[in-house]
Amino acid sequence: MTTFLGTPGSGNPNGPGNLHFEAGEPYDVETRQRLEQDAKDIISRYPQTRSALLPMLHLVQSIDGRITEQGVNFCAAMLDITPAQVTGVATFYTQYKRKPMGTYHVGVCINTLCAVLGGDQIWEELSEHVGVGHDETTEDGKISLERLECNAACDFAPVMMVNWEFFDNQTPDSAKELVDDLRSGKDVAPTRGAAKLCSFKDASRVLAGFADGRAHEGLQAGPESLRGVELAKEKGWEAP
Amino acid sequence: MTTLTPVLTKNWDQADSFTREAYERNGGYASLRTALGMEPSAIVDAVKDSGLRGRGGAGFPTGMKWGFLAQGTGKPTYLVVNADESEPGTCKDIPLMMADPHVLVEGVIISSFAIGAHHAFIYVRGEVLHVIRRLQEAVKEAYEAGYLGSNILGSGFDLELVVHSGAGAYICGEETALLDSLEGFRGQPRLKPPFPAVAGLYGGPTVVNNVESIASVPSIVGKGADWFASMGTEKSKGFGIFSLSGHVTRPGQYEAPLGITLRELLDMAGGVREGHELKFWTPGGSSTPIFTAEHLDVPLDFESVGAAGSMLGTRALQIFDETTCVLRAVLRWTEFYAHESCGKCTPCREGTYWLKQMLKRLEKGQGGEEDLTTLNDIADNILGRSFCALGDGATSPIHSSIKYFREEYLRHFEHGGCPFDTAKSTKWGA
Repeated sequence: MTTFLGTPGSGNPNGPGNLHFEAGEPYDVETRQRLEQDAKDIISRYPQTRSALLPMLHLVQSIDGRITEQGVNFCAAMLDITPAQVTGVATFYTQYKRKPMGTYHVGVCINTLCAVLGGDQIWEELSEHVGVGHDETTEDGKISLERLECNAACDFAPVMMVNWEFFDNQTPDSAKELVDDLRSGKDVAPTRGAAKLCSFKDASRVLAGFADGRAHEGLQAGPESLRGVELAKEKGWEAP
Repeated sequence: MTTLTPVLTKNWDQADSFTREAYERNGGYASLRTALGMEPSAIVDAVKDSGLRGRGGAGFPTGMKWGFLAQGTGKPTYLVVNADESEPGTCKDIPLMMADPHVLVEGVIISSFAIGAHHAFIYVRGEVLHVIRRLQEAVKEAYEAGYLGSNILGSGFDLELVVHSGAGAYICGEETALLDSLEGFRGQPRLKPPFPAVAGLYGGPTVVNNVESIASVPSIVGKGADWFASMGTEKSKGFGIFSLSGHVTRPGQYEAPLGITLRELLDMAGGVREGHELKFWTPGGSSTPIFTAEHLDVPLDFESVGAAGSMLGTRALQIFDETTCVLRAVLRWTEFYAHESCGKCTPCREGTYWLKQMLKRLEKGQGGEEDLTTLNDIADNILGRSFCALGDGATSPIHSSIKYFREEYLRHFEHGGCPFDTAKSTKWGA
């Protein structure tokens, strides 16, 4: 069947490969052992094994920077389900990527409120400035862009995210400067988040449930989050 | 005049508010000790008596939900916190978990004790890295203090709590889709009944509650059901976080009794941005029919908002001024629903796609008044015809915008395109 020719995956010599994901660089012995140990840790958190699948796919991304065929096969083997079952889940969720994302995955919220307040303009200018579109990565592998749906920070609109950290109250100029700084290797701090951005892969490991010890960094709340509290204090308003 | 009543937001202005040390300094975990000395059924009764209704949008009475749990099934009971906050405009749970994750953890422990759950989960959306860090750390600190794990504070009660990150799917905010996702499947809604209280996670009796609902439990236990019920309106009791965003002078989080009005909240937030006037707004996220300036005095409680033709939802007050094109806003929301439809039910999967295609054409001015009839007709054929409320939500902006802004649609056709200058709506625009 010609439809199977030139498909992304090629890791399985006996079949057409995974139609959705690239094969990926084979894990070396040490990586494989560490992955297996991490997977066992994840599985032990849940009353039933399969619940570990979403965190394990984040774990795969922490090594491969996207979902790969070998990552799918790894999850399937650890959870005793089929690669097709893993693929069915991995293709459903937008955070699981089919192509390598940049070291810094940059999202611009283009849902209604952010779009109206300037997200559309930010996206257009930023995409042109960086030279890539939605879910595409620069040739140097540093930056990928995504058109994001609402990220629950509407009072800080227009909002951007880098590796799922908040960049609040953005403008087209601040967005371009942010990306330029990231490409030139400068340390960049989110508006509300850790003291310094980590990589997409490191962020994925936290999402898999492995803490990176950075919870104490950064603000407890942004200025917008405090508007009501501060007004209440100023006016002497309290709950009964 | 209604005034603000900070309870959940009260300590957010303390720089270390997210730590156990700060939480305990402010009286945290005292309610847990009280609760562990109570009969579990007495806690359920207190939550019932308080009148607390689900803060995730639907407004179902929390204590009644707990009371529906199936007994004697032979399967474990679970508590699952819905922290998948993704409804456009909704931005209250994320700052809550970033600034004060321990109030949620304490709420989880008390609620689990009340319903007899020994395993609880916080299902948090995956796109909020630092919030996930704060939750992980809070859970770790709670274990270290003996608030989680075996024989909690010597009570004999055991509880394991897991922070589980999602992976980018709005639909997982729907409780049964969330459960499927937590079980390691695609997040697609289940047919109800059976409701999760009867057959939820792994088929066991399960309570799924919103972050803010569970975070309200410690104060109800600590200060009493009567205290909670002394705020709010007769049928919508207590306080809630109101999130103002958009064309408003001081957007942000304002915690107030249910029943406050947008006029009062706008006064507190410095009004619509200078030189502009209110055009339309959502009372509770994009899935709640839009309101206009004529609704400024509608009490923001479940009954009054419903009677005025919308829903209180998540109190996500997205404010748009006269520079904003309604059609553009509705198109963008519709694109969101089409993108996020899980594809399980045909009316939602196909209908949202059709709506999107039509609105794109209409925005370019290619259409006529008969298209508005078709839009309404498509929306009518989505509403109430799918497993979950995602499709229903998609129809809210359609129906309500045509109801209030029919002329504006027609102007697009007369103008041969959008008559608005989008630059004027931006934060840096005039």
